[in-house]
Amino acid sequence: MNPRRVFAVVLRQFYLMRGSLSRVLPLFAWVGVDMMLWGFLARYLNGAAASGFSFVGTLLGCVLVWDFFMRVMQGVTTAFFEDVWSRNFLNFFASPLTIREYLAGLVLTSVATSAVGLLAMLLIATLGFGLSFLAYGALFVPFLALLFVFGVALGIMAVALVLRLGPASEWFVWPIPALVAPFAGVFYPVSILPAWMRAVSRALPPSYVFESMRALAAGGAASRTGLLAAAGLDIFYAALAWLIFARTYRAVVRDGRLARYSAETAG
Amino acid sequence: MKTILNVAGLRKEFGGVAAVDGVTFQVHAGEIVGLLGPNGAGKTTTISMILGVLAPSAGEIQSVPRERANFASVNAPLPGNLTVAENLRVFGLLFGVDDLSARVDELIQRFDLRRFEHTKAGLLSSGEQTRLCLAKALLNRPRLLLLDEPTASVDPSVARDLRARIREFAAEADAGVLWTSHNMHEVAEVCDRVLFLCHGRLLLEGDPKTLPAQHGRKDLEDLFVAVAREPLSL
Repeated sequence: MNPRRVFAVVLRQFYLMRGSLSRVLPLFAWVGVDMMLWGFLARYLNGAAASGFSFVGTLLGCVLVWDFFMRVMQGVTTAFFEDVWSRNFLNFFASPLTIREYLAGLVLTSVATSAVGLLAMLLIATLGFGLSFLAYGALFVPFLALLFVFGVALGIMAVALVLRLGPASEWFVWPIPALVAPFAGVFYPVSILPAWMRAVSRALPPSYVFESMRALAAGGAASRTGLLAAAGLDIFYAALAWLIFARTYRAVVRDGRLARYSAETAG
Repeated sequence: MKTILNVAGLRKEFGGVAAVDGVTFQVHAGEIVGLLGPNGAGKTTTISMILGVLAPSAGEIQSVPRERANFASVNAPLPGNLTVAENLRVFGLLFGVDDLSARVDELIQRFDLRRFEHTKAGLLSSGEQTRLCLAKALLNRPRLLLLDEPTASVDPSVARDLRARIREFAAEADAGVLWTSHNMHEVAEVCDRVLFLCHGRLLLEGDPKTLPAQHGRKDLEDLFVAVAREPLSL
Protein backbone atom coordinates (compact mmCIF):
# COMPACT_ATOMS: atom_id res chain seq x y z
CA MET A 1 0.00 0.00 0.00
CA ASN A 2 1.43 3.34 -1.08
CA PRO A 3 0.86 6.02 1.61
CA ARG A 4 1.19 8.88 -0.93
CA ARG A 5 -1.73 7.54 -2.91
CA VAL A 6 -3.81 7.06 0.25
CA PHE A 7 -2.93 10.64 1.17
CA ALA A 8 -4.07 11.79 -2.29
CA VAL A 9 -7.55 10.36 -1.66
CA VAL A 10 -7.72 12.10 1.73
CA LEU A 11 -6.30 15.34 0.34
CA ARG A 12 -8.99 15.42 -2.33
CA GLN A 13 -11.63 15.21 0.44
CA PHE A 14 -9.86 17.91 2.43
CA TYR A 15 -9.82 20.21 -0.60
CA LEU A 16 -13.56 19.64 -1.02
CA MET A 17 -14.32 20.45 2.61
CA ARG A 18 -12.04 23.43 2.86
CA GLY A 19 -14.27 26.45 2.62
CA SER A 20 -17.41 24.41 1.84
CA LEU A 21 -20.05 25.21 4.47
CA SER A 22 -22.44 22.63 3.02
CA ARG A 23 -19.86 19.91 3.65
CA VAL A 24 -18.48 21.09 7.00
CA LEU A 25 -21.75 21.99 8.76
CA PRO A 26 -23.27 18.47 8.58
CA LEU A 27 -20.18 17.06 10.30
CA PHE A 28 -21.37 18.44 13.63
CA ALA A 29 -24.69 20.28 13.20
CA TRP A 30 -27.10 17.33 13.00
CA VAL A 31 -25.41 15.31 15.72
CA GLY A 32 -25.41 18.47 17.86
CA VAL A 33 -29.16 18.87 17.33
CA ASP A 34 -29.61 15.17 18.14
CA MET A 35 -27.72 15.60 21.42
CA MET A 36 -29.97 18.50 22.40
CA LEU A 37 -33.15 16.64 21.47
CA TRP A 38 -32.23 13.47 23.36
CA GLY A 39 -30.61 15.44 26.18
CA PHE A 40 -33.82 17.33 26.91
CA LEU A 41 -35.89 14.17 26.54
CA ALA A 42 -33.62 12.32 28.97
CA ARG A 43 -33.82 15.22 31.42
CA TYR A 44 -37.63 15.22 31.18
CA LEU A 45 -37.79 11.45 31.68
CA ASN A 46 -35.50 11.73 34.73
CA GLY A 47 -38.06 14.06 36.31
CA ALA A 48 -41.19 12.28 35.10
CA ALA A 49 -40.08 8.80 36.16
CA ALA A 50 -38.70 10.02 39.51
CA SER A 51 -37.29 6.55 40.05
CA GLY A 52 -33.68 7.60 40.41
CA PHE A 53 -32.88 5.87 37.13
CA SER A 54 -30.53 8.05 35.06
CA PHE A 55 -31.90 8.43 31.54
CA VAL A 56 -29.10 10.86 30.79
CA GLY A 57 -26.51 8.18 31.55
CA THR A 58 -28.25 5.45 29.58
CA LEU A 59 -30.29 7.01 26.81
CA LEU A 60 -28.09 10.00 25.97
CA GLY A 61 -24.85 8.00 26.21
CA CYS A 62 -26.21 5.35 23.86
CA VAL A 63 -27.55 7.93 21.39
CA LEU A 64 -24.14 9.61 21.38
CA VAL A 65 -22.21 6.50 20.40
CA TRP A 66 -24.96 5.52 17.93
CA ASP A 67 -24.63 8.91 16.22
CA PHE A 68 -20.86 8.34 16.17
CA PHE A 69 -21.45 5.00 14.40
CA MET A 70 -23.68 6.75 11.84
CA ARG A 71 -21.08 9.46 11.23
CA VAL A 72 -18.42 6.79 10.65
CA MET A 73 -20.55 4.92 8.13
CA GLN A 74 -21.64 8.09 6.37
CA GLY A 75 -18.05 9.38 6.45
CA VAL A 76 -17.07 6.43 4.23
CA THR A 77 -20.11 6.58 1.96
CA THR A 78 -20.16 10.37 1.53
CA ALA A 79 -16.47 10.42 0.60
CA PHE A 80 -17.26 7.78 -2.03
CA PHE A 81 -20.30 9.72 -3.26
CA GLU A 82 -18.04 12.69 -3.99
CA ASP A 83 -16.41 10.54 -6.69
CA VAL A 84 -19.82 9.38 -7.92
CA TRP A 85 -21.15 12.95 -8.12
CA SER A 86 -18.08 14.28 -9.92
CA ARG A 87 -17.81 11.21 -12.22
CA ASN A 88 -14.24 10.68 -11.12
CA PHE A 89 -13.95 6.88 -11.29
CA LEU A 90 -12.19 6.75 -14.65
CA ASN A 91 -9.59 9.26 -13.53
CA PHE A 92 -8.97 7.50 -10.21
CA PHE A 93 -9.06 3.88 -11.28
CA ALA A 94 -7.06 4.42 -14.47
CA SER A 95 -4.27 5.72 -12.23
CA PRO A 96 -1.92 3.51 -10.14
CA LEU A 97 -4.41 3.79 -7.23
CA THR A 98 -5.40 0.33 -5.95
CA ILE A 99 -8.81 -0.38 -4.42
CA ARG A 100 -7.09 -1.12 -1.10
CA GLU A 101 -5.52 2.37 -1.14
CA TYR A 102 -8.79 3.93 -2.24
CA LEU A 103 -10.71 2.31 0.63
CA ALA A 104 -7.96 3.25 3.09
CA GLY A 105 -8.35 6.86 1.94
CA LEU A 106 -12.12 6.73 2.47
CA VAL A 107 -11.68 5.24 5.95
CA LEU A 108 -9.09 7.84 6.97
CA THR A 109 -11.42 10.57 5.75
CA SER A 110 -14.14 9.04 7.88
CA VAL A 111 -11.83 9.00 10.92
CA ALA A 112 -11.34 12.76 10.55
CA THR A 113 -14.97 13.66 9.85
CA SER A 114 -16.44 11.40 12.56
CA ALA A 115 -13.92 12.77 15.11
CA VAL A 116 -15.31 16.27 14.50
CA GLY A 117 -18.85 15.02 15.15
CA LEU A 118 -17.76 13.08 18.23
CA LEU A 119 -16.05 16.11 19.72
CA ALA A 120 -19.17 18.25 19.19
CA MET A 121 -21.37 15.59 20.80
CA LEU A 122 -19.06 15.13 23.78
CA LEU A 123 -19.04 18.86 24.43
CA ILE A 124 -22.83 19.23 24.27
CA ALA A 125 -23.57 16.04 26.25
CA THR A 126 -21.11 16.77 29.06
CA LEU A 127 -21.40 20.55 29.32
CA GLY A 128 -25.09 20.83 28.44
CA PHE A 129 -26.56 17.76 30.11
CA GLY A 130 -23.96 16.58 32.59
CA LEU A 131 -23.37 13.24 30.94
CA SER A 132 -20.42 11.69 32.76
CA PHE A 133 -18.25 9.35 30.76
CA LEU A 134 -16.55 8.27 33.97
CA ALA A 135 -19.43 5.83 34.38
CA TYR A 136 -18.14 3.90 31.38
CA GLY A 137 -14.51 4.15 32.50
CA ALA A 138 -11.80 3.00 30.11
CA LEU A 139 -14.34 0.85 28.30
CA PHE A 140 -15.64 3.94 26.49
CA VAL A 141 -12.68 3.62 24.07
CA PRO A 142 -13.37 -0.02 23.07
CA PHE A 143 -17.08 0.85 22.78
CA LEU A 144 -16.21 3.50 20.21
CA ALA A 145 -13.69 1.22 18.49
CA LEU A 146 -16.25 -1.58 18.12
CA LEU A 147 -18.81 0.78 16.62
CA PHE A 148 -16.15 2.39 14.41
CA VAL A 149 -15.16 -0.92 12.82
CA PHE A 150 -18.80 -1.89 12.26
CA GLY A 151 -19.52 1.55 10.78
CA VAL A 152 -16.58 1.20 8.39
CA ALA A 153 -17.67 -2.32 7.39
CA LEU A 154 -21.26 -1.24 6.72
CA GLY A 155 -19.99 1.83 4.85
CA ILE A 156 -17.82 -0.30 2.56
CA MET A 157 -20.70 -2.72 1.90
CA ALA A 158 -22.93 0.26 1.06
CA VAL A 159 -20.27 1.64 -1.27
CA ALA A 160 -20.07 -1.74 -3.03
CA LEU A 161 -23.85 -1.67 -3.47
CA VAL A 162 -23.74 1.75 -5.15
CA LEU A 163 -20.76 0.70 -7.29
CA ARG A 164 -22.76 -2.31 -8.50
CA LEU A 165 -26.18 -0.73 -8.98
CA GLY A 166 -25.22 2.77 -10.10
CA PRO A 167 -25.49 6.34 -8.81
CA ALA A 168 -29.25 6.33 -8.14
CA SER A 169 -28.88 3.50 -5.61
CA GLU A 170 -27.31 5.89 -3.10
CA TRP A 171 -30.87 6.25 -1.80
CA PHE A 172 -30.60 2.68 -0.49
CA VAL A 173 -27.65 3.79 1.63
CA TRP A 174 -29.03 6.67 3.69
CA PRO A 175 -31.67 4.61 5.59
CA ILE A 176 -29.29 1.76 6.53
CA PRO A 177 -28.63 3.03 10.11
CA ALA A 178 -32.38 3.43 10.66
CA LEU A 179 -32.89 -0.19 9.57
CA VAL A 180 -30.19 -1.44 11.94
CA ALA A 181 -31.27 0.69 14.95
CA PRO A 182 -34.33 -1.34 16.07
CA PHE A 183 -32.18 -4.49 16.28
CA ALA A 184 -29.14 -2.81 17.83
CA GLY A 185 -30.93 -1.93 21.08
CA VAL A 186 -29.85 1.70 21.05
CA PHE A 187 -32.87 3.02 22.93
CA TYR A 188 -34.01 -0.05 24.86
CA PRO A 189 -32.66 -3.36 26.15
CA VAL A 190 -32.56 -6.17 23.62
CA SER A 191 -34.53 -8.32 26.07
CA ILE A 192 -37.78 -6.52 25.22
CA LEU A 193 -37.54 -7.59 21.58
CA PRO A 194 -39.37 -10.63 20.22
CA ALA A 195 -37.27 -13.78 19.77
CA TRP A 196 -36.63 -13.35 16.04
CA MET A 197 -35.42 -9.79 16.55
CA ARG A 198 -33.19 -10.87 19.43
CA ALA A 199 -31.62 -13.43 17.07
CA VAL A 200 -30.81 -10.64 14.62
CA SER A 201 -29.46 -8.50 17.48
CA ARG A 202 -27.02 -11.21 18.44
CA ALA A 203 -25.45 -10.91 14.97
CA LEU A 204 -24.90 -7.14 15.35
CA PRO A 205 -21.85 -5.82 17.25
CA PRO A 206 -23.61 -2.60 18.40
CA SER A 207 -26.18 -4.58 20.43
CA TYR A 208 -23.40 -5.90 22.72
CA VAL A 209 -21.97 -2.40 23.11
CA PHE A 210 -25.32 -0.89 24.10
CA GLU A 211 -26.12 -3.71 26.52
CA SER A 212 -22.77 -3.13 28.24
CA MET A 213 -23.24 0.64 28.30
CA ARG A 214 -26.63 0.27 29.99
CA ALA A 215 -25.21 -2.21 32.48
CA LEU A 216 -22.37 0.17 33.41
CA ALA A 217 -24.70 3.18 33.67
CA ALA A 218 -26.90 1.16 36.03
CA GLY A 219 -23.90 0.43 38.25
CA GLY A 220 -23.31 -3.10 36.95
CA ALA A 221 -20.50 -4.57 34.89
CA ALA A 222 -19.97 -4.82 31.17
CA SER A 223 -20.23 -8.25 29.63
CA ARG A 224 -16.72 -9.33 28.75
CA THR A 225 -18.08 -12.24 26.70
CA GLY A 226 -20.45 -9.91 24.89
CA LEU A 227 -17.71 -7.47 24.00
CA LEU A 228 -15.47 -10.28 22.78
CA ALA A 229 -18.36 -11.52 20.63
CA ALA A 230 -18.76 -7.99 19.24
CA ALA A 231 -15.04 -7.86 18.41
CA GLY A 232 -15.27 -11.22 16.64
CA LEU A 233 -18.32 -10.06 14.69
CA ASP A 234 -16.52 -6.83 13.75
CA ILE A 235 -13.62 -8.82 12.28
CA PHE A 236 -16.09 -10.98 10.39
CA TYR A 237 -18.01 -7.98 8.96
CA ALA A 238 -14.81 -6.11 8.07
CA ALA A 239 -13.50 -9.14 6.15
CA LEU A 240 -16.91 -9.65 4.51
CA ALA A 241 -17.04 -5.97 3.48
CA TRP A 242 -13.60 -6.23 1.87
CA LEU A 243 -14.57 -9.42 0.02
CA ILE A 244 -17.83 -7.89 -1.22
CA PHE A 245 -16.12 -4.70 -2.39
CA ALA A 246 -13.23 -6.51 -4.12
CA ARG A 247 -15.66 -8.89 -5.83
CA THR A 248 -17.95 -6.03 -6.87
CA TYR A 249 -15.02 -4.05 -8.26
CA ARG A 250 -13.87 -7.04 -10.32
CA ALA A 251 -17.45 -7.50 -11.59
CA VAL A 252 -17.87 -3.86 -12.68
CA VAL A 253 -14.48 -3.89 -14.42
CA ARG A 254 -15.44 -7.14 -16.17
CA ASP A 255 -18.93 -6.17 -17.31
CA GLY A 256 -18.09 -2.56 -18.22
CA ARG A 257 -20.11 -0.78 -15.53
CA LEU A 258 -17.06 1.05 -14.20
CA ALA A 259 -16.13 2.43 -17.63
CA ARG A 260 -19.76 3.48 -18.25
CA TYR A 261 -20.71 4.16 -14.66
CA SER A 262 -23.16 7.00 -15.21
CA ALA A 263 -25.16 4.82 -17.62
CA GLU A 264 -25.92 2.42 -14.71
CA THR A 265 -25.74 -0.48 -17.13
CA ALA A 266 -23.08 -2.32 -19.09
CA GLY A 267 -25.20 -3.28 -22.10
CA MET B 1 12.48 0.53 -31.68
CA LYS B 2 11.24 -0.31 -28.20
CA THR B 3 7.65 -1.53 -27.91
CA ILE B 4 5.70 0.46 -25.31
CA LEU B 5 2.32 -1.18 -25.85
CA ASN B 6 1.61 -4.61 -27.26
CA VAL B 7 -2.03 -5.55 -27.81
CA ALA B 8 -2.68 -9.09 -29.05
CA GLY B 9 -6.01 -10.67 -30.03
CA LEU B 10 -7.96 -8.23 -27.88
CA ARG B 11 -11.67 -8.95 -27.68
CA LYS B 12 -14.54 -7.53 -25.64
CA GLU B 13 -18.10 -8.76 -25.71
CA PHE B 14 -21.14 -7.08 -24.21
CA GLY B 15 -24.11 -9.42 -23.99
CA GLY B 16 -22.70 -11.73 -26.66
CA VAL B 17 -21.97 -8.88 -29.10
CA ALA B 18 -18.31 -8.13 -29.82
CA ALA B 19 -17.45 -4.45 -29.35
CA VAL B 20 -13.78 -5.21 -30.01
CA ASP B 21 -12.97 -8.32 -31.99
CA GLY B 22 -9.45 -9.73 -32.14
CA VAL B 23 -7.52 -6.48 -32.35
CA THR B 24 -3.71 -6.69 -32.50
CA PHE B 25 -1.28 -3.78 -32.71
CA GLN B 26 1.80 -2.23 -31.13
CA VAL B 27 2.85 1.27 -30.17
CA HIS B 28 6.58 1.98 -30.13
CA ALA B 29 8.64 4.53 -28.26
CA GLY B 30 8.55 7.98 -29.85
CA GLU B 31 5.65 6.98 -32.10
CA ILE B 32 2.22 8.60 -32.36
CA VAL B 33 -0.41 6.11 -33.49
CA GLY B 34 -3.89 7.20 -34.55
CA LEU B 35 -6.76 4.90 -33.64
CA LEU B 36 -9.49 5.81 -36.09
CA GLY B 37 -12.98 4.62 -36.81
CA PRO B 38 -16.62 5.68 -36.90
CA ASN B 39 -18.67 6.13 -33.73
CA GLY B 40 -19.14 2.77 -32.01
CA ALA B 41 -16.16 1.22 -33.79
CA GLY B 42 -14.58 0.17 -30.49
CA LYS B 43 -11.94 2.88 -29.99
CA THR B 44 -12.98 3.95 -26.48
CA THR B 45 -13.58 0.32 -25.49
CA THR B 46 -10.03 -0.51 -26.60
CA ILE B 47 -8.59 2.42 -24.66
CA SER B 48 -10.64 1.50 -21.56
CA MET B 49 -9.13 -2.00 -21.65
CA ILE B 50 -5.60 -0.61 -22.01
CA LEU B 51 -6.31 1.70 -19.04
CA GLY B 52 -7.43 -1.28 -16.94
CA VAL B 53 -10.94 -0.01 -16.21
CA LEU B 54 -12.48 -2.66 -18.46
CA ALA B 55 -11.47 -6.31 -18.47
CA PRO B 56 -11.00 -7.93 -21.90
CA SER B 57 -13.05 -11.02 -22.78
CA ALA B 58 -9.94 -12.40 -24.50
CA GLY B 59 -6.49 -11.34 -25.61
CA GLU B 60 -3.47 -9.79 -23.99
CA ILE B 61 -2.22 -6.31 -23.25
CA GLN B 62 1.44 -5.79 -22.38
CA SER B 63 2.34 -2.30 -21.39
CA VAL B 64 4.44 -0.14 -19.11
CA PRO B 65 3.54 -0.07 -15.38
CA ARG B 66 0.58 2.13 -14.51
CA GLU B 67 2.91 4.71 -12.96
CA ARG B 68 4.40 5.22 -16.43
CA ALA B 69 1.12 5.52 -18.37
CA ASN B 70 -1.47 8.30 -18.40
CA PHE B 71 -4.45 9.46 -20.39
CA ALA B 72 -6.74 12.33 -21.30
CA SER B 73 -10.23 11.68 -22.53
CA VAL B 74 -13.13 13.80 -23.59
CA ASN B 75 -15.22 11.35 -21.51
CA ALA B 76 -13.29 11.87 -18.28
CA PRO B 77 -13.12 15.51 -17.20
CA LEU B 78 -11.25 16.14 -13.97
CA PRO B 79 -13.37 16.83 -10.86
CA GLY B 80 -15.02 20.19 -11.44
CA ASN B 81 -15.16 20.97 -7.72
CA LEU B 82 -11.36 21.08 -7.33
CA THR B 83 -9.23 23.94 -8.61
CA VAL B 84 -6.67 23.51 -11.38
CA ALA B 85 -3.77 23.36 -8.89
CA GLU B 86 -5.64 21.02 -6.50
CA ASN B 87 -6.45 18.59 -9.31
CA LEU B 88 -2.84 18.52 -10.46
CA ARG B 89 -1.57 18.01 -6.91
CA VAL B 90 -4.00 15.14 -6.18
CA PHE B 91 -3.23 13.33 -9.45
CA GLY B 92 0.48 14.06 -9.08
CA LEU B 93 0.42 12.21 -5.76
CA LEU B 94 -1.53 9.32 -7.31
CA PHE B 95 1.05 8.98 -10.08
CA GLY B 96 3.97 9.28 -7.66
CA VAL B 97 5.43 12.42 -9.26
CA ASP B 98 8.72 13.55 -7.68
CA ASP B 99 9.20 17.20 -6.82
CA LEU B 100 5.48 17.65 -7.33
CA SER B 101 5.18 21.38 -6.65
CA ALA B 102 7.77 22.21 -9.31
CA ARG B 103 6.15 19.85 -11.83
CA VAL B 104 2.66 21.28 -11.21
CA ASP B 105 4.05 24.78 -11.62
CA GLU B 106 5.84 23.82 -14.83
CA LEU B 107 2.68 22.30 -16.37
CA ILE B 108 0.50 25.22 -15.32
CA GLN B 109 2.96 27.44 -17.17
CA ARG B 110 3.30 25.12 -20.16
CA PHE B 111 -0.46 24.81 -20.71
CA ASP B 112 -1.12 28.49 -20.11
CA LEU B 113 -3.23 27.84 -16.99
CA ARG B 114 -1.57 30.34 -14.65
CA ARG B 115 -4.55 32.69 -14.35
CA PHE B 116 -6.85 29.69 -13.64
CA GLU B 117 -4.55 28.11 -11.05
CA HIS B 118 -7.05 28.74 -8.24
CA THR B 119 -10.20 28.43 -10.36
CA LYS B 120 -12.43 25.37 -9.99
CA ALA B 121 -12.10 23.11 -13.02
CA GLY B 122 -15.88 23.09 -13.49
CA LEU B 123 -15.80 26.84 -14.17
CA LEU B 124 -13.30 26.55 -17.03
CA SER B 125 -14.32 26.66 -20.68
CA SER B 126 -14.14 23.34 -22.53
CA GLY B 127 -10.87 24.39 -24.13
CA GLU B 128 -9.35 25.27 -20.76
CA GLN B 129 -10.58 21.96 -19.32
CA THR B 130 -8.93 20.14 -22.20
CA ARG B 131 -5.64 21.91 -21.43
CA LEU B 132 -6.00 20.89 -17.77
CA CYS B 133 -6.67 17.26 -18.72
CA LEU B 134 -3.58 17.26 -20.92
CA ALA B 135 -1.51 18.83 -18.13
CA LYS B 136 -2.71 16.02 -15.83
CA ALA B 137 -1.90 13.44 -18.53
CA LEU B 138 1.70 14.66 -18.73
CA LEU B 139 2.23 14.98 -14.95
CA ASN B 140 4.18 11.73 -14.62
CA ARG B 141 6.09 12.12 -17.92
CA PRO B 142 4.36 8.94 -19.19
CA ARG B 143 6.04 6.45 -21.53
CA LEU B 144 2.56 5.59 -22.80
CA LEU B 145 0.05 8.37 -23.38
CA LEU B 146 -3.53 7.54 -24.33
CA LEU B 147 -5.52 10.38 -25.81
CA ASP B 148 -9.22 9.88 -26.53
CA GLU B 149 -10.34 12.75 -28.78
CA PRO B 150 -8.12 15.24 -26.94
CA THR B 151 -8.99 18.18 -29.21
CA ALA B 152 -12.70 17.40 -29.69
CA SER B 153 -13.96 20.49 -27.89
CA VAL B 154 -11.36 23.13 -28.68
CA ASP B 155 -11.12 25.71 -31.45
CA PRO B 156 -8.68 25.18 -34.36
CA SER B 157 -6.12 27.57 -32.95
CA VAL B 158 -5.99 25.87 -29.53
CA ALA B 159 -6.09 22.44 -31.21
CA ARG B 160 -3.03 23.30 -33.30
CA ASP B 161 -1.21 24.51 -30.21
CA LEU B 162 -2.09 21.35 -28.26
CA ARG B 163 -0.98 19.10 -31.11
CA ALA B 164 2.37 20.86 -31.13
CA ARG B 165 2.78 20.37 -27.38
CA ILE B 166 1.89 16.70 -27.53
CA ARG B 167 4.29 16.09 -30.42
CA GLU B 168 6.98 17.96 -28.55
CA PHE B 169 6.35 15.83 -25.46
CA ALA B 170 6.37 12.53 -27.40
CA ALA B 171 9.69 13.44 -28.98
CA GLU B 172 11.43 14.64 -25.83
CA ALA B 173 10.12 11.85 -23.56
CA ASP B 174 10.48 9.13 -26.24
CA ALA B 175 6.89 8.20 -25.34
CA GLY B 176 4.41 6.12 -27.31
CA VAL B 177 1.10 7.89 -27.96
CA LEU B 178 -2.20 6.29 -28.94
CA TRP B 179 -4.53 8.98 -30.23
CA THR B 180 -8.18 8.74 -31.23
CA SER B 181 -9.71 11.54 -33.24
CA HIS B 182 -12.39 12.22 -35.82
CA ASN B 183 -10.38 15.07 -37.28
CA MET B 184 -8.55 13.48 -40.22
CA HIS B 185 -6.46 16.56 -40.97
CA GLU B 186 -5.21 16.46 -37.42
CA VAL B 187 -4.42 12.77 -37.65
CA ALA B 188 -2.59 13.21 -40.96
CA GLU B 189 -0.53 16.00 -39.43
CA VAL B 190 0.33 14.34 -36.12
CA CYS B 191 0.35 10.55 -36.47
CA ASP B 192 3.21 8.40 -37.67
CA ARG B 193 0.86 5.48 -38.22
CA VAL B 194 -2.91 4.96 -38.19
CA LEU B 195 -5.14 2.00 -37.37
CA PHE B 196 -8.67 1.88 -38.77
CA LEU B 197 -11.25 0.14 -36.59
CA CYS B 198 -14.74 -0.71 -37.79
CA HIS B 199 -17.29 -2.87 -35.97
CA GLY B 200 -14.58 -3.78 -33.48
CA ARG B 201 -12.16 -5.10 -36.11
CA LEU B 202 -8.89 -3.66 -37.27
CA LEU B 203 -9.36 -3.13 -41.01
CA LEU B 204 -6.36 -1.08 -42.10
CA GLU B 205 -3.02 0.00 -40.80
CA GLY B 206 -0.35 2.23 -42.29
CA ASP B 207 1.21 5.62 -42.83
CA PRO B 208 -1.51 8.30 -42.90
CA LYS B 209 0.28 10.06 -45.74
CA THR B 210 0.41 7.06 -48.09
CA LEU B 211 -2.50 4.89 -46.94
CA PRO B 212 -5.29 6.79 -48.79
CA ALA B 213 -3.55 6.45 -52.17
CA GLN B 214 -2.90 2.76 -51.55
CA HIS B 215 -6.68 2.30 -51.38
CA GLY B 216 -7.58 4.64 -54.23
CA ARG B 217 -8.78 7.50 -52.02
CA LYS B 218 -7.75 11.10 -52.30
CA ASP B 219 -7.12 11.74 -48.62
CA LEU B 220 -7.52 10.31 -45.13
CA GLU B 221 -11.02 11.73 -44.69
CA ASP B 222 -12.14 10.07 -47.92
CA LEU B 223 -10.67 6.80 -46.69
CA PHE B 224 -12.38 7.24 -43.31
CA VAL B 225 -15.77 7.70 -44.99
CA ALA B 226 -15.19 4.62 -47.10
CA VAL B 227 -14.27 2.57 -44.02
CA ALA B 228 -17.33 3.82 -42.16
CA ARG B 229 -19.82 3.27 -45.02
CA GLU B 230 -18.44 0.35 -46.99
CA PRO B 231 -15.89 -1.52 -44.90
CA LEU B 232 -16.21 -4.60 -47.09
CA SER B 233 -15.14 -2.67 -50.20
CA LEU B 234 -11.62 -2.20 -48.87
